[in-house]
Amino acid sequence: MRYEAPQTVESAVSILSATPAGCHVLAGGTDLLVRMRAGMSEPEVIVDIKRIAGMHEISAEEGGWRIGAAVCGAELGEHEGVCAAWPGVVEALELIGSTQVQGRATLAGNLCNASPAADSVPAMVAAGAVARVAGPDGTRDVAVQDVPTDPGKTSLGRGEFVTSIFLPARPERASDAYLRFIPRTEMDIAVVGCGVNLELDADGTCTQARVALGAVGPKVILVEDAAAALAGSALDDAALERLAAACSQAASPIDDKRGTVAFRKHVAGVLARRAAIIARDRARGEA
Amino acid sequence: MALDKNPETARSFKLVGTRPLRPDGIDKVTGRARFGADMSAPGMLVGRVLRSPHAHARIVSIDTSRAEALQGVKAIVTRADFPAEVPEAVADILDNCMAGRTAFYDGHAVAAVAASSAAVARKALKLIEVTYEILPHVTDVDAAMRPDAPVLHPGRADESVPEGTPGNVISRVQYGHGDPETGFAEADRVVERSFRTAATHQGYIEPHACLATMGADGQADLWCCTQGHYMVRGTCAAILGIEAGQLRVTASEIGGGFGGKTTVFLEPVALALARKAGRPVKMVMSREEVLRASGPTASTSIDVKIGMTKDGRITGAAAELRYQGGAYPGSPVEMGTMSAFAPYDLKNVRTVGWDVVTNRPKQAAYRAPGAPMAAFAVESVVDELARGFGLDPLDVRLKNAAREGTRSSYGPTFPAIGLEATLRAAKDHPHWSAPLGEGQGRGVACGFWFNFGGDTCVSLNVNPDGTVSLSEGNPDIGGSRASMTMMAAEELGIPYEQVRTVIADTASLGQNEVTDGSRVTFAVGLATIEAARAAKRVMCERAAMVWGIDPEAVIWEDGAAKPAGPNAGKFEPMTLADIAAIASNTGGPIAGHHEVNAEGAGVSFGTHIVDTEIDRDTGAVKILRYTVFQDAGCAVHPAYVEGQFQGGAVQGIGWALNEEYIYGEDGVLQNPGFLDYRVPVASDLPMIDTMILEIPNPGHPYGVRGVGETPIVPPLAAIANSVADAAGIRMTDLPMSPPKVLAALQAGAAGN
Amino acid sequence: MSNIHVTTTINGDSVEYLCAPEETLLDVLRDRLGMTGSKEGCGTGDCGACSVTVDGRLVCSCLMLGAEAEGREIATIEGMAAGEVLHPLQRKFLEHAALQCGICTPGILVAAKALLEKNPDPSEEETRYWLAGNLCRCTGYDKVIRAVMDAAAEMREAS
Repeated sequence: MRYEAPQTVESAVSILSATPAGCHVLAGGTDLLVRMRAGMSEPEVIVDIKRIAGMHEISAEEGGWRIGAAVCGAELGEHEGVCAAWPGVVEALELIGSTQVQGRATLAGNLCNASPAADSVPAMVAAGAVARVAGPDGTRDVAVQDVPTDPGKTSLGRGEFVTSIFLPARPERASDAYLRFIPRTEMDIAVVGCGVNLELDADGTCTQARVALGAVGPKVILVEDAAAALAGSALDDAALERLAAACSQAASPIDDKRGTVAFRKHVAGVLARRAAIIARDRARGEA
Repeated sequence: MALDKNPETARSFKLVGTRPLRPDGIDKVTGRARFGADMSAPGMLVGRVLRSPHAHARIVSIDTSRAEALQGVKAIVTRADFPAEVPEAVADILDNCMAGRTAFYDGHAVAAVAASSAAVARKALKLIEVTYEILPHVTDVDAAMRPDAPVLHPGRADESVPEGTPGNVISRVQYGHGDPETGFAEADRVVERSFRTAATHQGYIEPHACLATMGADGQADLWCCTQGHYMVRGTCAAILGIEAGQLRVTASEIGGGFGGKTTVFLEPVALALARKAGRPVKMVMSREEVLRASGPTASTSIDVKIGMTKDGRITGAAAELRYQGGAYPGSPVEMGTMSAFAPYDLKNVRTVGWDVVTNRPKQAAYRAPGAPMAAFAVESVVDELARGFGLDPLDVRLKNAAREGTRSSYGPTFPAIGLEATLRAAKDHPHWSAPLGEGQGRGVACGFWFNFGGDTCVSLNVNPDGTVSLSEGNPDIGGSRASMTMMAAEELGIPYEQVRTVIADTASLGQNEVTDGSRVTFAVGLATIEAARAAKRVMCERAAMVWGIDPEAVIWEDGAAKPAGPNAGKFEPMTLADIAAIASNTGGPIAGHHEVNAEGAGVSFGTHIVDTEIDRDTGAVKILRYTVFQDAGCAVHPAYVEGQFQGGAVQGIGWALNEEYIYGEDGVLQNPGFLDYRVPVASDLPMIDTMILEIPNPGHPYGVRGVGETPIVPPLAAIANSVADAAGIRMTDLPMSPPKVLAALQAGAAGN
Repeated sequence: MSNIHVTTTINGDSVEYLCAPEETLLDVLRDRLGMTGSKEGCGTGDCGACSVTVDGRLVCSCLMLGAEAEGREIATIEGMAAGEVLHPLQRKFLEHAALQCGICTPGILVAAKALLEKNPDPSEEETRYWLAGNLCRCTGYDKVIRAVMDAAAEMREAS
């Protein structure tokens, strides 16, 4: 095995392109090192992207925020601008693992690990986040929901890696929230996760909503019916009830060591309702 | 040894009952303390184990030739490298450490390698070719007792098992007196319920580790984390066919054990590798190996039937307990069977236990082995009956509580015990009467543990400068060096700081039973007190010699020899330091020692109160408030007594709510890591309040009782009873994980 | 497989070592540098016994490669006391009997120190959540939490 810590995007792309199958990108490493230890990954080359200029930066861009691929959860949580605009995305990343893991784990890494239970991904999908991908043919932007394709698999091509995540501009009276269910209070993988992103008009009516579920399918699910249930409503009980039903309906989980199908479908609705209330209160400036 | 008779009702101590800093403290807060994996030796090799990926398989062949050819591989051992015949007492232990013809569980060791580096060792394991013939498997206790279950060890059942019983049942035990059926006939209500508990792991944070050296002359040294290095010496010597005297075992600092380090896993393998390689070999388990191949406790299936009159008197009680202890005989079912009804004074009681084998790792002791599951079942039914009659569950327990003179359900008649005291303390405590909020509930349960004594050997040396060195043979797992130091200093009448206690290696003291059964503060403490008394006798003799009077005319008081009275003569007291300074001229070094098979451990009882809150939408159970009441006999170092109460309660909380071994259809463990084997984390818990009661144990000079194990016994039922109070659902299947609680809530709602 | 030469700072001292590319920082500390105060309880970032700080940020040293330490500032339990003077957290852990076996203690102390540097006045809940990644199987956390809160109070008074 070889360890490379390139200083530029170009040099990282060139190393990645040279050994496509056996080459792994190292951002926070909180998944990769665990897989290596378990013998599930045996990379020929590890490309540590943390020495590349800009990877640790959070910058304002077109009213939104661009978050470098090496920005860890603790750094994101300390950034006032992102926390104000996208509290749901921040809390989703911050829920991953321990304080120690927060010192390493990244949005880009969580996305590219392509676990169905990734916490930050439903929040990013609800946020309409866009991943910037560098590769042999230059850079391209991809909607976050199109990056993971199956458990452990992404749509990234040969020599490509995610260099940043873009969270778009926010109008007034907009906010988001992410909740997950775990058996303990910390340290577990999501049994169900739900991100809700809302925009309200001046009288409190929901003008736009995006709702995404994690851990209830092979990849994150953007629930159109849930968004429809909220849009145009005052986010009253009836709308929240429709939201919960739509999420329970859309969830297509499996039985495994972390939960049952019936439990996950039910809790998907419960979390969606709770997350929507938090996002609503935030958007109203009440939380 | 009997409780010291004293003119006062309670003996007054200078040190016992205070909270001095532990002697090993600075090493442990600075990272200097050396645990199992922290030792190295010149020329040391790295040992690694190859484990079966199958739940049950015949080992057709093992080809190690490709691995042996790998550069850096220094030795490979399989079962063929161990004696073909070993004493019966260690035969199963050897088979568990290194499989013979059959791999009995996922994770069972089949070969091991010693190599120049971890990377080489890992590569070598992949080059060992094992041909398996996969056999049908069974991991569930009830399934293993069915007539059509695959049988692990045909013909192993002992004479206690009735003919025609399915083949995985190894033994049957029965306890009790009177006739439960007569009792049920006298009851106003009889409740009969079945319970199941999942296997849990001790979950010590330090994985098993050892460093072995063995020369061609047969002399061997072993450094390891263990609860009993004498046990390690005896077991390894028997397995390897060497003399125990040639094997010196040194106990490292131990990073938790809870019973799981009362046997061997790596140690004989490391010695065999070291012997073959002619070099020291260090072996450290990964967490995955710890969960797949060490520990856990039994999973169980238990039926309980109790009859009660409407005023809360238990008239009859019966239980049938089925415990699977993994791939070898020896589940803790007998202790479950004995302890199930121990807190109650019963006329009619019967318990029957079945020891069952399955394709799981061989169980190891886990804190009050066998008792928490039995208490979960019994205390749940007692609670259900009490609630059904609208009675206070504490009153019902008080009404039926075992007390001095009660013939216990397992035979002996109790001497002075503290159960009633814990119940009364609980009833008087503000926790019991505090208001509860919406969706919250309160539960209570009692627990019992026997406590052990056993072989103990202690040596106390008075040094020329007036300090004292105490050597004991029991690894210090939770602060016991502090309490030994305190008892030695108390008895000698010198400051705590003048005594230093070490854990001696196996060459330095006689046999010591493992650190188990909550025995150490009791038994080693007792031996320490006696060793100090022996040293005092010698010092009195020396003073008598100096003064030219009879030794009988000298007493020891406040750290000095004094004339016993005016008739003995008028002499200035000689302190320990005075006597130590002239020891060379008065007969040589001064020491005291004591060897005993300690009896009179004194049983222990506790009562726990817990408040919970249920999230009715997700089934999540939150622990809001927790209070432990337990009889410690005499709390030598109260801070470490409280620590035992708190730690035991939290392990019980984990067992009740989230911890479980999850096996797939293939018999492979699904959750061999701390991610999905969910021990409680700090944010799951409130503070754990404690109340120490002190009902002196008549069998110890200071009245000490063991305290370590009882605290894990009540929580399982206390929490289930609290959940019943909060949500009106009776959880009978542990753990009470959210999907199960939610399903029970939904079933309850559908039923209403 | 060729080893990597790394120059880094550990507890204020300049340190150089060679490590294999796949070796974790924890392996390097323990096996190459003889700094066995950081413990391996799981190797997967679930127990916190290997906690260290890297450029002031709390991490699990089992989830970081030794090679990544190049040019960083690492702090471990071995650097916590100033000579024979214990850090207030270390002292409070002893006073409160906040350890039983002591295997998790180095990791908890390193994590707690990082907490108090960020938040000198944490609530009980904040302390419990910050330390949720540090498993302790002996104490039930009660005395650990009390020791951290007490150390925080003492450090606030002293400053």
